[in-house]
Amino acid sequence: MVTRIQTKRALPGFGLSLGFTVLYLSLLVLIPLATIFLKVSTLSFGEFWQIATTPRVLAAYRLSFGASLAAAFINLFFGFLVAWVLVRYRFPCKRMADALIDLPFALPTAVAGISLTTVYSSNGWLGSWLERVGVKVAYTPLGICLALVFIGLPFVVRTMQPVLEELEPELEEAAACMGAGRGQIFFRVLLPGLWPSLLTGFSLAFARGLGEYGSIVFIAGNLPFSTEIVPLLIMTKLDQFDYKGATALALVMLLASFTLMLLINSLSHLAGKKSHRAEV
Amino acid sequence: MTTMAASADLARRATVNNYSNESRPVQILLISVALIFLSLVLLVPLFCVFTYAFEKGIDVYFRALSDTYTLSAIRLTLFTAAIAVPLNLIFGISAAWLIARFHFPGRQVLLTMIDLPLAVSPVIAGMIFVLLYGQRGLLHPIIEALGIQIIFAPAGIVLATTFVTLPFVARELVPVMLEQGSAEEEAALTMGASGWHTFFLITLPNIKWALLYGVILCNARAMGEFGAVSVVSGHIRGLTNTLPLHIEVLYNEYNFTAAFAVSSLLALLAIVTLVAKAVVEWKYSKGNS
Repeated sequence: MVTRIQTKRALPGFGLSLGFTVLYLSLLVLIPLATIFLKVSTLSFGEFWQIATTPRVLAAYRLSFGASLAAAFINLFFGFLVAWVLVRYRFPCKRMADALIDLPFALPTAVAGISLTTVYSSNGWLGSWLERVGVKVAYTPLGICLALVFIGLPFVVRTMQPVLEELEPELEEAAACMGAGRGQIFFRVLLPGLWPSLLTGFSLAFARGLGEYGSIVFIAGNLPFSTEIVPLLIMTKLDQFDYKGATALALVMLLASFTLMLLINSLSHLAGKKSHRAEV
Repeated sequence: MTTMAASADLARRATVNNYSNESRPVQILLISVALIFLSLVLLVPLFCVFTYAFEKGIDVYFRALSDTYTLSAIRLTLFTAAIAVPLNLIFGISAAWLIARFHFPGRQVLLTMIDLPLAVSPVIAGMIFVLLYGQRGLLHPIIEALGIQIIFAPAGIVLATTFVTLPFVARELVPVMLEQGSAEEEAALTMGASGWHTFFLITLPNIKWALLYGVILCNARAMGEFGAVSVVSGHIRGLTNTLPLHIEVLYNEYNFTAAFAVSSLLALLAIVTLVAKAVVEWKYSKGNS
């Protein structure tokens, strides 16, 4: 037993890297995050429940979860389509399109926010067109959804790309030889193997959407009960020095994201491998 | 060996193209839908930034950029990134060395903890530092006794930014170092190289591209972070406004041209980041084959 551990630790630096990593993580992440639990523990459960379930807060949950879910579904469909097209077909500007996918990771959320708002407001480039057919985007829940589609898209595309690249061509060939049409091959041969990755991409986009703040505040309109998301409500409570209220809501959101993180981790185990790059 | 495998793979893919791919019209339809979607969601907003920034001419653009408050926002943003990025670079290397080179109990938990800042809403990321160091914070007595201010001061901005950008370098390095394995390092050590020697001469050259990309991503996020910084900043013009916060102020004052002019700097940074990623991936795949 002792010798086994020694052979595994043939390389130097275990103590140093362990010490530094754990210290850094504790000071910067664990201790600060723990203050939320500490702060909430000063509330009785009744108080907590009261703060976390007022009508205004419930409306914000509905909006945050609803818009994130809707955006994640849109991204599931279009993200899969984009990944499919990028992996399987050849067309001009393909490399540029591929590089562009990461734009939401690289573009600051505030810039994305004001830009989307300007483009999709009633006198913007695209907003004025949509207004003519009676669709208002900016300052409505639809606008929030649009911002979340922007933010979440790369998660689905980058999760699906490596999986689509590794599909075994033999499977499709065999199915085609046995007379299956393209539709049948797609729905009965390919799709069943893809669903863990699809669900991973979906959950990543959904989780990111739940916490998103920067791109949404500009396009949302921020009216209580109709276009106020939970992160904004937390911000408002902080501005009013209502720290108890803010931490109670933060705890609810944290628990939701931790649950999603667990789900995503178990899904990636199910899918067989972790696509690290996709989760940025 | 690798080239043979690669050409076999290519041949395999060619058969797929002949055998079972969709007909060309279907392909063109799917490609068009995908490209239209990408344009509407990604490309148009990016173009919009530059168009609106230059809408009133190049003079107005440069006047907006040379404004005192803009310049102080640029300084603060650079200052923040100059501290947060090197710190997370050192952390990333340390964490990747630990996770990719050793097996120990709690390794998986540690890996998950490194991802925590990504799972937390930016607003909550800022909030935890207010709870710790703010007026009524837990550690406020200590901070006050030392005579330093963290919340509503640059220190808080640096802290929040470091929290948010913590995972980026580590996440790029861990998969690469795992894939490369430790055979080369063990060989160097057996031949009598010291630990640091091995690290600088063997490990570092092997991970340089992943490291570079991690740093670029970390930097882009550090300069662009909005939510977390917004909570701890206090929005004091000229003192605690970073570039993204300055954009918010300008936008809310209906000074759209200036807001987009400042945004164009960050959009440029984003484009540089995307190009750098493409170059790094190309170098990395070339180095591997």
